[in-house]
Amino acid sequence: MQQYAYFGVLLFVVAGSGWLEFVVRTRVLQRARRFALAVAPVVLVFLVWDAYAISQGHWTFDPARTTGVVVVADIPLEELVFFLVVPFAAVLTLEAVRSVRGWSVGDEPQDGR
Amino acid sequence: MSYTQLALVGVVATVLLDLVILRTRLLLRRAFWVAYAIIIFFQLVTNGVLTGFEIVRYSGDAIVGSGLPTFIGDGRIAYAPVEDLLFGFALVVQTLIWWVWWGRRGVQYQPVAGPPLWRRSRSGGATRTDGPDPGR
Repeated sequence: MQQYAYFGVLLFVVAGSGWLEFVVRTRVLQRARRFALAVAPVVLVFLVWDAYAISQGHWTFDPARTTGVVVVADIPLEELVFFLVVPFAAVLTLEAVRSVRGWSVGDEPQDGR
Repeated sequence: MSYTQLALVGVVATVLLDLVILRTRLLLRRAFWVAYAIIIFFQLVTNGVLTGFEIVRYSGDAIVGSGLPTFIGDGRIAYAPVEDLLFGFALVVQTLIWWVWWGRRGVQYQPVAGPPLWRRSRSGGATRTDGPDPGR
């Protein structure tokens, strides 16, 4: 069970933000294509950063508390999921603020500047 | 480059992406900073678990502090190296920049978020009665 510790934290991130989708109607799942396009360049940049940091020994992962599944360049699967889940939570949070407060975020069509 | 140097580069690149390159100007918006305040709280909690329990460990050669997780001090905040706050800023803000950028280009701008469940049940419809706030 211990090897799923990192995944447990990721699950907390999903659960901690996911409810916004239903209660605050953030409607990000209905805009999955837009999310995929937004997150793609970010995942790429951060996988490169992660690969470099791991190769240089900037950080290491406890083998007892990660699954040991590697994506590429010694990057644990947990890291890839982290780079998807954290951006998802971030977009949900921004959209939740917009939903509740009605503030614009700069993507509105009439905001042409 | 050390993690410290890379993290600073990450922040500068993110700010340039927002204000100069894509001109999404998210960093000038109240909605962003309110959202970011919420995000940073949860980052401190979740990252505190990852670093405090040493699921992720850092080399003392790559960060300002030492390799030992301290709750606060020695270049650490809630067990995590301060560099992680910069890393998180780059990760989160870059995502939001691209999210706004694609929306502005008309890619799934709709359906717009809201209204919250509780407001719909009270007003009996999806239409907001209070006008949109420009947000800055």
